[in-house]
Amino acid sequence: MAQIRIENVRKEFGSFTAVQSSSFTIEDGEFFMLLGPSGCGKTTTLRMMAGLELPTSGEIYIDGDEVGQKPASQRDIAFVFQMFALYPHMNVRKNISYPLVSQGMPKAQVKKKVAEIAEILGITHMLDRPVGGLSGGDRQRVALGRAIVRDPKAFFMDEPLGALDAEFREHMSQELRALHDRMGATTVYVTHDQLEAMQMGDKIVVMNHGVVEQFGVPQDIYDWPATKFVAQFIGSPPMNFLDFNGMVSKDTDSVDLGGVHMSIPKMRQGANGDLTFGIRPEHIRFDDSAGYHGRVIATEYLGTTQIVVLGTPNGVIKARIAASVNVTIGETIGLAFHPRTVSLFDAKSGNALLSEANEGVLGRG
Amino acid sequence: MAEVNLTNVCKSYGADVALDDVTMTIPDGSFVVLLGPTGAGKTTTLRMVSGLDKPESGRISIGGRDMDGLTPAQRDVAMVFQQYSLYPHLTVRQNLEFPLKSPILKTPADEMKRQVSEVAEVLQISHKLDNKATDLSGGEMQRVSIGRALVRNPSVFLMDEPLSSLDAKLRSDLRIELKSIQANSGATLLYVTHDQIEAMTMATHIGVLDQGKLVQFGAPRDIYENPVSVYAASRLGQPRINVLPADVFGGAPDGAVTIGLRPEQIMQGEGEDSLVQRIERLGDQTRLHLSFKDHALITVTDAHTTLKDGDTVKIRPQNPFYFDAVGARLT
Repeated sequence: MAQIRIENVRKEFGSFTAVQSSSFTIEDGEFFMLLGPSGCGKTTTLRMMAGLELPTSGEIYIDGDEVGQKPASQRDIAFVFQMFALYPHMNVRKNISYPLVSQGMPKAQVKKKVAEIAEILGITHMLDRPVGGLSGGDRQRVALGRAIVRDPKAFFMDEPLGALDAEFREHMSQELRALHDRMGATTVYVTHDQLEAMQMGDKIVVMNHGVVEQFGVPQDIYDWPATKFVAQFIGSPPMNFLDFNGMVSKDTDSVDLGGVHMSIPKMRQGANGDLTFGIRPEHIRFDDSAGYHGRVIATEYLGTTQIVVLGTPNGVIKARIAASVNVTIGETIGLAFHPRTVSLFDAKSGNALLSEANEGVLGRG
Repeated sequence: MAEVNLTNVCKSYGADVALDDVTMTIPDGSFVVLLGPTGAGKTTTLRMVSGLDKPESGRISIGGRDMDGLTPAQRDVAMVFQQYSLYPHLTVRQNLEFPLKSPILKTPADEMKRQVSEVAEVLQISHKLDNKATDLSGGEMQRVSIGRALVRNPSVFLMDEPLSSLDAKLRSDLRIELKSIQANSGATLLYVTHDQIEAMTMATHIGVLDQGKLVQFGAPRDIYENPVSVYAASRLGQPRINVLPADVFGGAPDGAVTIGLRPEQIMQGEGEDSLVQRIERLGDQTRLHLSFKDHALITVTDAHTTLKDGDTVKIRPQNPFYFDAVGARLT
C-alpha cells in the first residue's frame, strides 16, 4: 500500500526521447491507468516506476522514499505482464508459493498465505493441479496469485488482458477491479484500450509522444479534454471537430459557426484565428427547428443506438442517437448541440480554451 | 466475386467436434461475419473454405465449382490473418507485387504497376510504396497485407481477425476502410471475429456459431432484434442482454423459463421499484447497475443522470424476449 509520486521523470534511449519530463501522483489505494497509443511512453513510464528501466533524470517516490535509481528488487512491487509466465513443471500451489519460498518464509506460514490468496481468487480447488491443463482465465488467476502473495506495496500491470478474447477480457476486467476493491492495493495499469481505462480506473493519465496530455478522473477527461488528442483518443466514435475561423472573446457565450449562432459555455479565455468546435456524438440532438443542418451520408447500426454520419458546412460529423429513430441517407436534418458540453480548441496548438465549464478540471493543471 | 456454399460440412479434431453439419450460403458480393466465442468453429469454417483443411464430410463450392480435392492455390481465394506476415527484406511495392509475379498469373509489368498503385491509393499507402516493409507502423503493415490480398482480385476474401492486433483507434479507421473497399469492389468476403462492433458495423450478414453449429444466419439487425435463442441474443449488444427468471415481472407466457431484456426493453420510471447499485460512467454510455428482487440487471441511462447509488428507480419490461428451458426463443 503506497503513494507513488513521479517528478519530472524523463527517459531517453540514445537520441530518442521516450518520456519527456512527466509529473503526476498516484494516491494510496488507487487503481491508476496509463493510457495512450503504441509508442506513447506508457510502458516505459511503468517500467521506470518498477525499476526495470532507470530514468535519465527526475525522481520517483514510493511512500516518500526516492527510488528512482534503485533496482526493481529493492522497490517491493509486483509486476504482471501481458504474457503471464508460469513455471510449467510446477503445480498451481508451487507456482504461487514460489516467491515466498525463495524469500525463505517458514513452510507453515507459506501454506497459510497461499490458502488465503487461493480463497480470494477462487482457485482453492485447483491448487494441486498442474498449470498445463488450466484454461486461460485460470492461468491468469494463478499469475495474479503469484503477484499478490508477496503483499507488495503496489501492483504494476502491463496490458494484462491484452491477449484475451473480448468476452473473457470483459469478465476478467470486472474480476480485477473487484479484487482491487477487496484488497485496496495501489495498482498501476497500462492499456491502449480507452474503454478499459474508463471502466476500471479511478484516475487516468493520457500520454502521447512521451508527453502527459491529461491527468484526472475518467468522466472529467471524457467531458473536458485538455487537448484535441485526448478528445479524439477517448470516446468511440471520438469527439467531432468542426473547424472554423473566428474570434472568441473572454466572457462570450456564443460563436458563429457557418453563419449560425451557437451557444457555448461562457469563455474564460479569448482566442483568434483557426479554432475548433468540439462536440461528442451523444451530445448532438436532431431538432427540426435548429438553424444548423447536416446531410446524412451513412448510418451504422449498433443495436441500442446508431451512429449517423452527417456532412455539415464545417466537415463530417457523427451523431449517436437511438436506433429506433428512422434516418434516410440523403436527407437534411437540423442539429442541436448541447451547449454545456461544447469544447473549443486552438486548432494549431490543439489545446482546449478555458471556459466556465472546463476550468474546474483544466484549471487544476 | 462468387457465391460460396457449404453443405452439411462436418469436421472433428480427435474427440472435439469443430463443425457439426454446417450448411450456409454466402451470397455473391456479401460481407459475412462469423461470430462466436473461442472454440465455436469460426476459424475452422474459414480454413475449410480456403482449403487449408479438409472437411470429413459435406461439400464446399465456390462460384458453383466443387472444391473437393483442390489446393488453396487452385481455389482463387485470398487470406488475411491476424498476424500480418510481410517479406521484411522487400519494399511495400515489392510485397504488393509479389502475388502478381506468380508464374500462374504472368502479369505484364505495366499492368502490375497499375494494379499496385490502384490498391495503394485505396488503402492510403501510396506515399509509403518505396519504404521497407519493416519501416511501417503496425496499422500500415496490416494495410499492406490486406493490399496483397486485394491485388490478386480473388473470387473470395477470407479474413481471420485481421484487426484484432491493432489499437482501438486504428481498428475503427480500418473498419470503415474495409467496409468501403468491399462495398465498392463487390467482392465476397468471409470474416471471422469475436468483436461484436466489427460484426454489427461491417457485415451484410452475420453467422452465429455455437460449438460447431450454425445457430442463426441473417442481417445484423435481424439477429439483434429477432434472436432465435438466449445464446444468439447474447452475442450482440453492449451491455449484454439481461436474462432473468421469466416470472419475475409477472405476465410470462406458458413455457417461458427466462425473460431477456436489452437496455431498450427496460422502461424506466414506470412499474416496480429497483435499487441502483452502481452507476458506471463509460463516457459515451452511462450504465445503471440495478438490483430487482435480488436479481442483478444492467441498463443504460442518460449521461447526465442525477441518479446516485442507493436510489430507487421504477422499471418494467417493454416488448421483452421469452425463452424456454433450453434457451430457445418463444414467439
